[in-house]
Amino acid sequence: MRARPLSPHLSVYRFTHTMALSILHRIAGLYMAVGLLLLVAWLMAAAQGEDSYELFVARWSGGWIRLLLMGWLAAFVYHFMNGIRHLFWDAGIALERVPSRRSAWLVITATVIVLALSGYLLFCPQAGAP
Amino acid sequence: MSLRAPLARVLGYGSTQDGVRHWRAQRLTAYALVPLTVWLLLALIRVPLSDYAAVTAWIASGWNPVLLGLAVLAMSWHSQLGVQVVIEDYVHGATAKGTLLLLSKFGHVLLAAGGSYAVLRVAMRGF
Repeated sequence: MRARPLSPHLSVYRFTHTMALSILHRIAGLYMAVGLLLLVAWLMAAAQGEDSYELFVARWSGGWIRLLLMGWLAAFVYHFMNGIRHLFWDAGIALERVPSRRSAWLVITATVIVLALSGYLLFCPQAGAP
Repeated sequence: MSLRAPLARVLGYGSTQDGVRHWRAQRLTAYALVPLTVWLLLALIRVPLSDYAAVTAWIASGWNPVLLGLAVLAMSWHSQLGVQVVIEDYVHGATAKGTLLLLSKFGHVLLAAGGSYAVLRVAMRGF
């Protein structure tokens, strides 16, 4: 098989905010793929019966799982909003420099707010634990 | 610098095998996941997750098992498409790339099957 022509890769571009958002989209997606593993394990534990569910809850509780959950929530909000940006771009909407920069800031701001809010709710003693 | 036109350079290399199928499937699952993930997130916040009876009752009630099953399937599919692109872009070497792609596919099918089975099993309890 002859070598196929490749599109220009990362190294030919100057690093800009669009690249940062793009790579963050992939990182958030990968992190959520790991979360999917946990979600299915959770459903499986519920399907196995009460004993295995209790075991699952006992294993997956504590401060560090709250930290992971915070990460999943932030990753979801980011990937969700940035994904919607992509869907609009597919339709040719808000693709220009100014609106795309504005929507980039909107996505980043929303993610930071959710991260801060979930951090407060998950680690503040009187708020409900998951 | 070649003087050949971009079109002439890619013609004659044969099919890329995939065409736009991957792109379309990624968009299709993205559209489906917009309502499904919001629904799932709101449910996960509301249901007391450490309470086995409450969790299984929620999974089994009304349309929840259907939506939950669809959510798991769409998430597995969308995740497989995304992980595939990441592997294709960043893993070099035919053997490593092929092995990882195969493992990712099998893994995601396992997640889709396992999630569906678990939801059905909880929903069918008592039948």
